[in-house]
Amino acid sequence: MTRLSTAFSRGPALVTFITGGDGPTAEILDALVAGGADVIELGMPFTDPMADGPAIQQANLRSLGAGTTTAGIFRIAAAFRALHPQVPLVLMGYANPMITRGPDWFAAECVKAGVDGVICVDIPPEEDPELGPALRGAGVALIRLATPTTDAARLPAVLDSSSGFLYYVSVAGITGLQQAAQASIEEAVARIKASATIPVAVGFGVRTPEQAAAIAKVADGVVVGSALVELVAQHGANAAAPVQELTRALADAVHAAR
Amino acid sequence: MTTAPTQNSFRTQPDERGHFGQFGGRYVAETLMPLVLELEAEYTRAKADPAFQAEFADLLEHYVGRPSPLYFAPRLTEELKGAQVWFKRDELNHTGAHKINNCVGQILLAIRMGKTRIIAETGAGQHGVATATVCARFGLPCVIFMGATDVARQAPNVFRMKLLGAEVRAVTAGAATLKDAMNEALRDWVANVHDTFYIIGTAAGPHPYPELVRDFQSVIGKEARAQMLSRVGRLPDLLVAAIGGGSNAIGLFHPFLDDPEVKMLGVEAAGHGLDKEHAASLAGGRPGVLHGNKTYLLQDADGQITEGHSISAGLDYPGIGPEHAWLRDVGRVDYTSVTDVEALDGFQLLCRTEGIIPALEPAHAIAAVKKIAPTMDKDQIILLNLCGRGDKDIFAVAEHLGVEL
Ligand SMILES: Cc1ncc(COP(=O)(O)O)c(C=O)c1O
Repeated sequence: MTRLSTAFSRGPALVTFITGGDGPTAEILDALVAGGADVIELGMPFTDPMADGPAIQQANLRSLGAGTTTAGIFRIAAAFRALHPQVPLVLMGYANPMITRGPDWFAAECVKAGVDGVICVDIPPEEDPELGPALRGAGVALIRLATPTTDAARLPAVLDSSSGFLYYVSVAGITGLQQAAQASIEEAVARIKASATIPVAVGFGVRTPEQAAAIAKVADGVVVGSALVELVAQHGANAAAPVQELTRALADAVHAAR
Repeated sequence: MTTAPTQNSFRTQPDERGHFGQFGGRYVAETLMPLVLELEAEYTRAKADPAFQAEFADLLEHYVGRPSPLYFAPRLTEELKGAQVWFKRDELNHTGAHKINNCVGQILLAIRMGKTRIIAETGAGQHGVATATVCARFGLPCVIFMGATDVARQAPNVFRMKLLGAEVRAVTAGAATLKDAMNEALRDWVANVHDTFYIIGTAAGPHPYPELVRDFQSVIGKEARAQMLSRVGRLPDLLVAAIGGGSNAIGLFHPFLDDPEVKMLGVEAAGHGLDKEHAASLAGGRPGVLHGNKTYLLQDADGQITEGHSISAGLDYPGIGPEHAWLRDVGRVDYTSVTDVEALDGFQLLCRTEGIIPALEPAHAIAAVKKIAPTMDKDQIILLNLCGRGDKDIFAVAEHLGVEL
C-alpha cells in the first residue's frame, strides 16, 4: 500500500488544494491536516495558469510575487513530509516548471521531498514521454485528469498512463467558477469507475460541504481548491484558522459517506 | 536532439504527432485534447477537399485582394548600395496585413466544423481586426481577447474591431499583453468547447495550429516564388521577415525551404537590447512548454515565463512558433534581432525612400535589411515580407519621435 492508496482505502477522501507560497503555507498545510483532509494538493505557482479561474490565478501571482521558487516548493513539501509522515502530498501545476531542468531532475526532487504524486495540467497522454516515464520510474504517481470531453475512445489512454488516482474535472472549464449538475457527475463517475482500477476523485467547482457530501456518495474522493484559496486571499497571514474550519466541515461531509 | 541534417526535405514537418523535431506537440488540458484531435482530422479532410481549397482561393482573390504585388524598391536599393531589395506587398491586403490570409482559412474550417462562435487573441490588433472582419463577412459572433496595455497603445484597431461587430475583452492579468490575451482565450475556449472555434493568430499553439496557419500563410511564399521566377527568372538570394510568433515569416519561407540557394533570415524584436527587455525568444530563450507547444521561450531558471518587450505590440510575445525553433536548430534558417530604435529608423527609412508607411513589425525586417544589403553584391536579390502597413502605428511612432498629434 502507498500513502495514496491507503488514504483512499478508508472510504471517500477529502482532497484539498492550496497554492504553495501563497500565505503562511506551512501553517495552512497543518490546518488542512488538522481539519481532516486526506490528501493534500500543493499548487506549484506558474506565471501563466491557463486552466485556472481568477482565484487561483491571483494566488499564483501572489506566490510568485512573494518570491516563491521551485526549490522553495520542494522545501515546503519536505517539511510537510517530516511533520506528517502518513498524509499523501501531491504537487499540482503546469508543465514548464516541472520539465525545465529535465523530467529526471523533477522526479528525483519529488522522491527526496516525499512527494507521492504529480498532477500536470498541460501534459495529456499524447505527450506522456515528457514527464510520465521519469515519474513512474521513480515511484511517483502521475495523476491524470479526465473531463466531460474525455469520451469512451480516449478514456483508456487516460487511465493507462494514470496512477495514484484519477482526477475527474466535472466541468468543461476553468477552476473556481461553475459547478456541474450532480446528475452529470454521477453518470460520468459511474462510466469511469466501470473501467478504472484506481480511485476516482471529483473536483472543479466544489465549494460547500453539501456539494461535497453529494459527490462523496458516488466518488472515491472530492477535491476542493478555489474555496480554500479564496480564504487565503481574504485572511492572508491569519488564514490557517478559517481554512481549518472549512476543511473540517468539508471532511465531516465527505467522511459521512463512509 | 535535432533532426539529422541528411534529410532531403525541410518541408515534411510536422510528424503525425505534431512535432517539428523536438518542438511543437499538443500540450493542452485534457478538456481541449478531443477538440484538438477533431480539428486535426477536419483539417486533414479540408486539405484534400478541392471545394474547400477553391473557396479559400476565391476569397483570397476577391475579398483579400490577392495576389499581392511583388515590388522592386529602387530608391531603398540605391540608398543601401548593395543587393536589390524587393518587397512582397502583403500590407496591401484587405485589413492591412498578412493576418487575414490565415483568418479566411480558419473561419472556413470553423464553419465546416459547425462552430457558431469565434474567439481570438490579439497583440497589435491586426489579428483581432482580421478575425473580426471574417466574422462579419460570415455572420458569426466573435470575442477578441486583448491585453489592456495593448488596448491602450492600439486604440485605432480596438475601434475597428468594435465597428466590425466584435466584442473586445481587455485582459488585465500579468503584463496585460499578448501572452495574457492568449491565456484568457484558452480559458474561454475550455469553457465553451461545444460551440467555439479559436482562431489562433500565429504559427504557434497546439498541433495542428502551427501547421495549418503555416499552410494558409504559405500563399505568400507560393506567390512570391512564382512572381520572382516570372519577373527575374530566378529565385531570390535572401528572404527576410519579422517574427512575432512567426506566421508571416513561415508563410514566406516554407515554399522556398527546399531551394538550397535561397537563404533566409528571421528578425526577432530586440526591444531595448538583448541584455535588457526584449522579445527575442531564439536569441534569449531556451526550450520550454507554453500555450500548447514546446518551443524557445523567454523564461527564468525555474521555467517561469518572462514578459517580452518590443515597441511593436505584434512582436512582444515571449515565444516563437515551433517550426522556427526547429528550422533554427537544424540550421536551415538564420535568425537575428533588431532593437526598437533600429526599427524606428527602418520605419522612417521606408517612408522616405519608397513612399510606403510600414507597420512596426516589418520595420524590424527593414532595419535588418539595412544592415545586410550593403554587404551583398548588387546583382543579388533580397526579398522582404512587407507584411503590414503602418496606419495603426502612427500614434505610437509619433510618441516615440516626440511629436504630439
Ligand atoms: C503586421 C504584422 N506583422 C507581423 C506580426 C507578427 O506576427 P507573425 O510573426 O505571426 O507574423 C504581426 C502581429 O500582430 C503584425 O500585425
